[in-house]
Amino acid sequence: MKFDISYIADLARLYLNSAEKKRLSPQLKSILSYVEKISELKTENIPPTFQTIEVKDAVREDQVGSKQKLHQKEALANTPSKRKGFFKVPKIWEV
Amino acid sequence: MEITELSLKQLRRGITRKEISAKEVVTAFLRRIDRLESKLNAFITVSAEEALREAKKFDQGKKRGKLGGVPIAIKDNIITKGLQTTAGSMILKGFIPPYNATVTQKLLGEGAIILGKTNMDEFAMGSSTERSAFGPTHNPFDLSRVPGGSSGGSAAAVAARLAPAALGSDTGGSVRQPAAFCGIVGLRPTYGTVSRYGLIAMASSLDQIGPMARDVGDTRLLFEAICGQDSFDATTVAVNFQARVKKPKVIGLPKEYFGPGLERGVRQKIDEVVSSLEEVGVKVASVSLPHTQYGIPAYYLIVPSEVSANLARYDGIRYGLSIRDKDLTSIYFKTRGRGFGPEVKRRIVLGTFALSSGYFEAYYLKAAKVRTLIVQDFAKAFKKVDLLLTPTAPTVAFKIGEKEDPLSMYLADIFTIPSSLAGIPALNVPVGFGGGLPVGVQLIGPRFTEPLLFGVGEMIEQLVKR
Repeated sequence: MKFDISYIADLARLYLNSAEKKRLSPQLKSILSYVEKISELKTENIPPTFQTIEVKDAVREDQVGSKQKLHQKEALANTPSKRKGFFKVPKIWEV
Repeated sequence: MEITELSLKQLRRGITRKEISAKEVVTAFLRRIDRLESKLNAFITVSAEEALREAKKFDQGKKRGKLGGVPIAIKDNIITKGLQTTAGSMILKGFIPPYNATVTQKLLGEGAIILGKTNMDEFAMGSSTERSAFGPTHNPFDLSRVPGGSSGGSAAAVAARLAPAALGSDTGGSVRQPAAFCGIVGLRPTYGTVSRYGLIAMASSLDQIGPMARDVGDTRLLFEAICGQDSFDATTVAVNFQARVKKPKVIGLPKEYFGPGLERGVRQKIDEVVSSLEEVGVKVASVSLPHTQYGIPAYYLIVPSEVSANLARYDGIRYGLSIRDKDLTSIYFKTRGRGFGPEVKRRIVLGTFALSSGYFEAYYLKAAKVRTLIVQDFAKAFKKVDLLLTPTAPTVAFKIGEKEDPLSMYLADIFTIPSSLAGIPALNVPVGFGGGLPVGVQLIGPRFTEPLLFGVGEMIEQLVKR
């Protein structure tokens, strides 16, 4: 098993300083070697359980009810940066 | 009797009969919070002004309901409109939700008054409430010890009479284990019975909101106020609990829960409860849940995987902490790097790894298959017995700082994780003290057997009092 913490943190868009990486790496390796225990079990013919309740696709009318309304002002109330009713972010420009 | 000593039911009755006003009740609890909060740190936010205002409004109005005028504390990962909700994280410090969680709305609809938001491990990731960005909560029975977690603030608040009852959330034991450590009652309901709309998500295939109170009756009352199908949460189902009540004939003791890891003082209390149940004619049988030992390993693959996906939403753009920078990617990296604490980072990295290309089948998929084996263990056991009785935690409340190693903290939930994975209900009932600290018994039933758990829980309450 190859465990490259910098690569994984990049995938997660998570900045870790070198001290954090140094501390996390052995912790994660020890957790992974512990959870490896499940490889002892034979599971070829066992179906996975992703959730425990039999729910089929739950559909409803595509209508906005009165309880679902979130006004633009409320939706933007917690953002640190907005402009003219939108979330404002730095420009995304790839060349 | 002091107001803060009264149960939820007594308070409601007193308020309904106008023997006492909602304002007097709220004032009494706020005074006690004032006096003890500096020692306990059970709350992240106390909404004193709002609570008093709502209490006055209640006293003057005609609104009643199941919880008319009674104050309730709410775990800080359940959103409350206009009241700061942080989930115990720096990344949500100052976040003011623009709407209510379904459970919040239901409590308000029943006339409850929100007393404040309780402390918790960051994003509910922990078993001690030490991993809150707002400092640890202390156990009311011994301030040098943890209250358990992650709903440790709710448990400590109820145990110390800072609130008559509280809501918590339970992913792998976060209602039951702190309830056990603080000597109160706590229910993890059947998956799908309580709406999670407005619960800040940790691991969605496991998260459940649960009631916490000083006795079984109050816990049931709070559960009845919050359960029910919700069109805003597609995983909720409609259940008629009333039709499913029955008396237990046989209670099962899973032998894997009584191994060498179980503390002597805890074991002794559990044995006493079992004996007194037998004395009143309940049959007890030994059963086996052979995959118990694989519960924690499977859980710590499933949970981090779901965490890594769920917490992708904290990007510093729409709400919460934002470290501004010249480009969007840097905002993401720096905001998340600064805003998340160590355990959250650990789980995000672990989950991202478990889901990454080449590892998905060996980790997440394999863990999901092991989960099936655990579900089957319980199903087989419930063919022989009506419900299971186990210790809720292997030890009493441990010392603050005792479990620095992440893995040792994970093992604290050894008895609560399997039933979480199976999606079945479980109730902690306090059964006395071991070495001066509370011990709790866990009752686990098949899906939708909450009434049975409450019934047996009340029976145990009576037996313990004798």
